[in-house]
Amino acid sequence: MKFTLNVWRQEGPTASGRFEDYQVTDIAPEMSFLEMLDALNEQLVQQGKRAVEFDSDCREGICGTCGLVINGKAHGPKQACTTCELRMRHYSDGSTITVEPFRATGFPVIRDLVVDRSAFDRIIAAGGYISTNTGSAPDANAIPIAKAIAEKAMDSAACIGCGACVAACPNASASLFVGAKLNQLSLLPQGEAERGRRAVRMVEQMDAEGFGNCSNHGECEAACPKEISIKVISRMRRDALRASFGRL
Amino acid sequence: MSTNSTRLDARIPDGNLQDKWSNHKGSIKLVNPANKRKYKVIVVGTGLAGGAAAATLAELGYNVQSFCIQDSPRRAHSVAAQGGINAAKNYQNDGDSEYRLFYDTIKGGDYRAREANVYRLAQLSTSIIDQCVAAGVPFAREYGGTLANRSFGGAQVSRTFYARGQTGQQLLLGAYSGLMRQVDAGRVELFSRREMLELVMVEGRARGIICRNLVTGEVEKYAADAVCIATGGYSTVFFLSTMAVNCNASAIWRCYKHGAMFGNPCFTQIHPTCLPQSGKDQSKLTLMSESLRNDGRVWVPKTKGDKRPPQDIPESERDYYLERKYPAFGNLAPRDIASRAAKEVCDAGYGVGPTGYSVYLDFGEAVDRLGEKTIRERYGNLFSMYHEITDEDPYRQPMRIYPAPHYTMGGLWVDYNLMTTVPGLYALGEANFSDHGANRLGASALMQGLADGYFVLPTTISDYLAEHRPDGLTADDAAFDASMKQVSDRTQRLLSVNGKKTVREYHWQLGRILWEEVGMARHDKGLKSAISDIQSLRQDFWNDVQIGGQGEEFNKNLEFAGRVADFLELGELMARDALERKESCGGHFRTEYQTDDGEALRNDEDFCHVAAWEYQGEDAVPARHTESLDFENVKLSQRSYK
Ligand SMILES: Cc1cc2nc3c(=O)[nH]c(=O)nc-3n(C[C@H](O)[C@H](O)[C@H](O)COP(=O)(O)OP(=O)(O)OC[C@H]3O[C@@H](n4cnc5c(N)ncnc54)[C@H](O)[C@@H]3O)c2cc1C
Ligand code: FES
Repeated sequence: MKFTLNVWRQEGPTASGRFEDYQVTDIAPEMSFLEMLDALNEQLVQQGKRAVEFDSDCREGICGTCGLVINGKAHGPKQACTTCELRMRHYSDGSTITVEPFRATGFPVIRDLVVDRSAFDRIIAAGGYISTNTGSAPDANAIPIAKAIAEKAMDSAACIGCGACVAACPNASASLFVGAKLNQLSLLPQGEAERGRRAVRMVEQMDAEGFGNCSNHGECEAACPKEISIKVISRMRRDALRASFGRL
Repeated sequence: MSTNSTRLDARIPDGNLQDKWSNHKGSIKLVNPANKRKYKVIVVGTGLAGGAAAATLAELGYNVQSFCIQDSPRRAHSVAAQGGINAAKNYQNDGDSEYRLFYDTIKGGDYRAREANVYRLAQLSTSIIDQCVAAGVPFAREYGGTLANRSFGGAQVSRTFYARGQTGQQLLLGAYSGLMRQVDAGRVELFSRREMLELVMVEGRARGIICRNLVTGEVEKYAADAVCIATGGYSTVFFLSTMAVNCNASAIWRCYKHGAMFGNPCFTQIHPTCLPQSGKDQSKLTLMSESLRNDGRVWVPKTKGDKRPPQDIPESERDYYLERKYPAFGNLAPRDIASRAAKEVCDAGYGVGPTGYSVYLDFGEAVDRLGEKTIRERYGNLFSMYHEITDEDPYRQPMRIYPAPHYTMGGLWVDYNLMTTVPGLYALGEANFSDHGANRLGASALMQGLADGYFVLPTTISDYLAEHRPDGLTADDAAFDASMKQVSDRTQRLLSVNGKKTVREYHWQLGRILWEEVGMARHDKGLKSAISDIQSLRQDFWNDVQIGGQGEEFNKNLEFAGRVADFLELGELMARDALERKESCGGHFRTEYQTDDGEALRNDEDFCHVAAWEYQGEDAVPARHTESLDFENVKLSQRSYK
């Protein structure tokens, strides 16, 4: 297969960016989107040109490192699929594909398709944990947890922190990301003690990082490679609100 | 040429196997709680081992600096582990115990690991599960609310805890949240997008590291009272492996060059159930969780080169070779054995798929027996992953699998305290060589990483720190500038080659050599040719590699180039180690040493030891030291899974 790629190039955080066109040929349908970009970079380096910078690590949809906006969609057209899992057979031969970074105020561009998502770490540092010191835990079976609750907590815990929710949201809100973590920890009995404080602090940090407010567009849920439900956001709001009134 | 070195003192505590760890804890020197904050400890790596260690050290009161390559500690490669984590909880009442987990691990490792370490691991396994549950890890549960278990990786008891097919992710997020709590408390300073490129030694002790800031390209220096390396494994040396693309050996390689001995570099694990290679453009291989072998049956056609589609091959013309050769364990035979068996049938011409290098993993019988719904519940996500990658529906036709490099049992040699042969330098997790001998059992790497990180290192490190009080050394010391210069000079050297071949091309070639000659079957002639082939490839690299861009900027290609340059040295050491170990054991199979029916033939007389390699200078042959392994509690026997 062959494609015309319309790729965002930007030297650094303060530079202004532009799209550039590249041709790639000999692309096998079973190649992943990132392997296709690898092939482009091989070609560029051989021509003595600067490679297109993009992030990836596990290349199997679990680490959350990769993330591109492909033809206007975060992680491309396929549902429940990260950029690294996407295969070229989903594109028709000869087509033009536009590739951009995840754009948001909270995610400044570092170079080309690489963005800075350290805001997510700072949000987790603002209470996205259960305060327990190593060695102080009771036996793991001491507190039974209903299977259904454990499963629900797991649904939220599946978040890979890629930031597609932010990239897809018209307000660049991080509510799905924050809601998922809050939901996981507040469902579990171990997380109950810090539930209110956690919700208030994480939401405050999210606002401080420049992410927008959620106005229920639902784009986040559609883009989420792990299909996290938008319901986690209403729970986040409720907990944060009740806690701010001292009711939690 | 090999010496049983007095320098390799494993410092195994006295006493009964069961009592060693508690005796040891009782006798370790402690640091006064009020003084802990005066110590600075560097932890490189934020996987299960590094993340857990950094969090726990900070909880204890030390000042910690934590480093990782990714943009966030939460993305360390541990995140990708699927299957589960072992612990001798015996919640299922099926006869498990600390001793049984210990015994299985020693036997699985083909008697090439230390008894004392492995027993400690089994003892700590239970506390790990307690700790993870307390931290909010949503393990699978039964309807009654208790934790669920499954049997995994050839174990005959159900001792594996899991969180769907994302156990590594959930454990890592647990360790990561503990780490971020300490960042919040101001006791851990986090440095993401940093690559450690040099170890700084002052007066014979490890006192700091040099990193490249991967965003700006600047070279940075950090001083500390001790340095802990938790940078994971190196099976990316094979180019195609199941590991994440940024996994590397650079940190441990730098330590090796400063005198930290490298234990058993040739002990690598080739995992039996991975997606087969398709072409040169592939960047990595995908693991299909081993849990699939609980219900899938492995087979090839009985006739060579049979090109019929699998559904047209009748039962009587299929060879379920694992069931045939290992009736007791069947499809659940340990990884090294299952992998080698696949290679044998493919080499003999029975393999399937376009390249002839894959075998079937068939769920037809399981679907008939259990129904598609049950299979979907058990393996749904794996089946859809397979479907997406291959465009073949595993509910309709068997999967095709082939072995791939997956894990490295080798790593920096450490004593019982996890200290390397360099004072003040520790290694934990996959980066050390310690607990898995010549073959690792499924679900035991996560266990080891967390045991090292949560429980072992935070306890043992005080023994050293108590003896080495903070002395006011800062990164202004001349030793740091000298190391920084080495790093910048090397970057300059890499960039100035300005040749014609890409980094990826070299990595691919190195991978081919290693896969062919230092892979699943090795022999004298092949290993010798691998050594000379790697040497010439390395020379060629330094003459003809093309990288592009600058050092002082974001430049991923440069990062990869540095890693490949190190792999080109490490690959040679792996081949040397494999050449000198004139026996077969676990994942190390020398074709000259096999039993009549083709199984690994150990030589306990001459090789019941750890080989630890010591760097001797740029083009010099490294020295091979040995630490002999004494078995007081288990009897060495020929591993049999028949
Ligand atoms: C696909 C797959 C599935 C697996 N499934 C299982 C399983 O089910 N059960 C099981 O027990 N084991 C499993 N394993 C093995 C297990 O996941 C690993 O052995 C284990 O997670 C390693 O943890 P670690 O903390 O030692 O290193 P890692 O998690 O690899 O972390 C390494 C860290 O070091 C950092 N780093 C590396 N180099 C540098 C450098 N030069 N400078 C700075 N930082 C650096 C990285 O950024 C990262 O933070 C699996 C492995 C793979 C590949
Ligand atoms: S590279 Fe890990 S999720 Fe895509």
